[in-house]
Amino acid sequence: MTDSTGLSRRGLIGSAGAGAAIALAGAGTFYVAGRPETTPDPTANWRTVGFHGRTQAGITTAAQDRLHFGAFDVNPSATREDLVALLQEWTAAAARMTQGLDAGEFGALSGPYDSPPDDTGEAIGLDPANLTITFGFGPTLFRAADGRDRFGLAGRQPAALTRLPHFPGDNLVATASDGDLCVQACSDDPQVAVHAVRNLTRIAMGRALLRWSQLGFGRTSSTTTAQVTPRNLFGFKDGTNNLRAEATDEIERHVWTAPGHDPRAAWLDGGSYLVARKIAMHVETWDRSSLREQERLVGRTKAEGAPLSGGREFSQPDFALAGREGAPLVDPASHVALGHPDNNGGLRMLRRGYNYVDGSNELGRLAAGLFFIAFVTDPRTHYIPMQTRMSRSDLMAEYLQHIGSGLWAVPPGIAPGEFVGQALFG
Amino acid sequence: MRTKTPALLLGAAALLAVTACTDNAPATTPGDARALSVTATDTTCQVSAATAPSGTLSFSVTNSGTTVNEFYVLASDGLRIVAEVENIGPGLTRDLVLSVPPGDYFSACKPGMVGDGIRAAFSVSDSGVPVGPTGDEAALVAAANTAYGSYVRDQVEQLLTGTQAFVEAYTAGDDDLARALYAPTRVHWERIETVAESFGDLDPKMDLREADLEEGEEWTGWHLLEKDLWPARARDYTPLTKTERATYAKDLLDNTQTLYDRTRDLTYTADGIANGAKGLLDEVATGKVTGEEEYWSRTDLWDFQANVDGARVAWQGLHDLLVRKDAALDASIETRFAELQKLLDAQKKGDGFVLYDELGTDEVKALSDAVNALSEPLSKMAAAVLK
Repeated sequence: MTDSTGLSRRGLIGSAGAGAAIALAGAGTFYVAGRPETTPDPTANWRTVGFHGRTQAGITTAAQDRLHFGAFDVNPSATREDLVALLQEWTAAAARMTQGLDAGEFGALSGPYDSPPDDTGEAIGLDPANLTITFGFGPTLFRAADGRDRFGLAGRQPAALTRLPHFPGDNLVATASDGDLCVQACSDDPQVAVHAVRNLTRIAMGRALLRWSQLGFGRTSSTTTAQVTPRNLFGFKDGTNNLRAEATDEIERHVWTAPGHDPRAAWLDGGSYLVARKIAMHVETWDRSSLREQERLVGRTKAEGAPLSGGREFSQPDFALAGREGAPLVDPASHVALGHPDNNGGLRMLRRGYNYVDGSNELGRLAAGLFFIAFVTDPRTHYIPMQTRMSRSDLMAEYLQHIGSGLWAVPPGIAPGEFVGQALFG
Repeated sequence: MRTKTPALLLGAAALLAVTACTDNAPATTPGDARALSVTATDTTCQVSAATAPSGTLSFSVTNSGTTVNEFYVLASDGLRIVAEVENIGPGLTRDLVLSVPPGDYFSACKPGMVGDGIRAAFSVSDSGVPVGPTGDEAALVAAANTAYGSYVRDQVEQLLTGTQAFVEAYTAGDDDLARALYAPTRVHWERIETVAESFGDLDPKMDLREADLEEGEEWTGWHLLEKDLWPARARDYTPLTKTERATYAKDLLDNTQTLYDRTRDLTYTADGIANGAKGLLDEVATGKVTGEEEYWSRTDLWDFQANVDGARVAWQGLHDLLVRKDAALDASIETRFAELQKLLDAQKKGDGFVLYDELGTDEVKALSDAVNALSEPLSKMAAAVLK
């Protein structure tokens, strides 16, 4: 790690009061750590996920319970150098925050007394709770909507990195779609995730601005076999058949971009693509549908999540098994049938979505849904065909409306001393 | 939602009265003589008791076998099906809830869905608990089906006639007349929308909105002509040529004729009609009250009223049956229909309605609330008439 200097939330724990008192001493006086701690270290049980590695964290990491997702646009006046500097600073801050440190080197309670603190402070004393911060580059970073090559990157734009097509039924709003850059912050503590996006937004001021952001609670998929399958806002288990980190061969094939996958985009080798879709769920009408109807649309039992063809949650659906009058027990237009790898040429995605409720709307309905996130090796093969079929045929679509959309290339992992996407600028 | 609180259990138990004979999970308490379990295998059918007190019984049927199974309660003649639960996949459990008067019955599992099933005698003792009237309701169901079938045929006839006049005016370039005919004609489609939508090939050709298209897919049907007649909200709109108009108008008319042909001999079921009524209100909730359906013409309230009309006719057809099964539910539906209609009446203008844009946010909210209030009891009608 490159962030070994300065103060940390760790360092302040147990002596925050003293720190504040010393900081009061005035401008130019920096708080100095080192007071011996006599109480047990309360940070000993903090849960941290390593920031550096072959791939970015927050993808195969066991899905945390909370999300704050931010999409950013680079300022019109920003130069390539500004962009590089931003990514460097973001990388450094993310490396620190994921380890339970403050966003900046002085921290929330220190630094020049007449200067605003370089960390906003709401995470003081909080366990990072497995915080991961994952960065992505959108199509418009390479070529702006008007076609301009603002940063000299157009020649290295991956062929797969273009705006997702219009899918039947899409009703996208600009305030939940697209963006030059994206940041996925996940933690088991919502305040920690918000703290991360807030501080990265602050660091970006003048170079990039927050285009939109989304809070998510309640993961809707499991990414390791140890995690139980959670439920979405329709009350059904979601992500039973998700790719799990333990399935390393399949992860390799379906999530990471292979070396040489795109001659123009060698910088993305070993990375991935992040598909985000904000899917509003008409929960009021759903709640009025019979259990029979709900299970038919999903193709699984509500209780355990077993396919309607029988078995337990993780039993493979038998799409051929017929019931009364020869009709398949699992409706061919059910959600599970349309999304199943068997019916999609064996293709799979690593889903990492979250439930959301943005309060309620002007009609007094819950502004609720699923913030769908998937990591795939190539959206052209692994997302677009399946979503086209789903939008067209999924029985559940009657209760859904896609209102946000975005696609970002996710650079490979970051080595100590590097910044995210460094190879793109080399 | 991990655990059920006693309060929730109580609520669920109270609901049993209206959800009987569906395979929703009932709330049961241990030791309840009316809560039975059935373990079905490919060769056996083990019912936890061979007798139960009269009232609302629930059978929790677990298929422990390897083949698809079914469970029946048969009348003493061994022929008449009192209630059934079908399509139980291997390893799954489904609940059958039904009201049973005292008498002799048979229980039966039917592994593989073939043959007479594995039968056993099952008796229901007189507990004194009143069980709803069991008179012959077939006549009421038949009457509801006949009435609804006539209604659908009549609406499609009017739709066909209206569409002929509409496409004639549109093709001839008489846009004022076409605009005047648009909403009053579509009313006939909207009244039977759930039936029309059941034809999965026709609906997209006739009623698809622009946003529902796939990239590169050709747009046809009502809303294409709507946009051409009301292009005010469109950006950089190129009007259809005379030839294009003729082509798309004929296409719409041809598809309407196909709908006409297909609905001549359609038959319905009581729960199908009831679910259709609920579906029409869902259409209102997701498309009309939000002004998404008639994006170009802003005539959403015509469709709104038509969906409500269709739902009301469906309910009225089932009214006699529903009164016998659940009079309180029937009364609640009646009240809610009246409340919603009062709000719609307030927006009437001439032969039609004000445009969606003329509605204030408070008015939209009030309509939306009334739709929710009606939809809730309406969504319970299907289970109630099946009881």
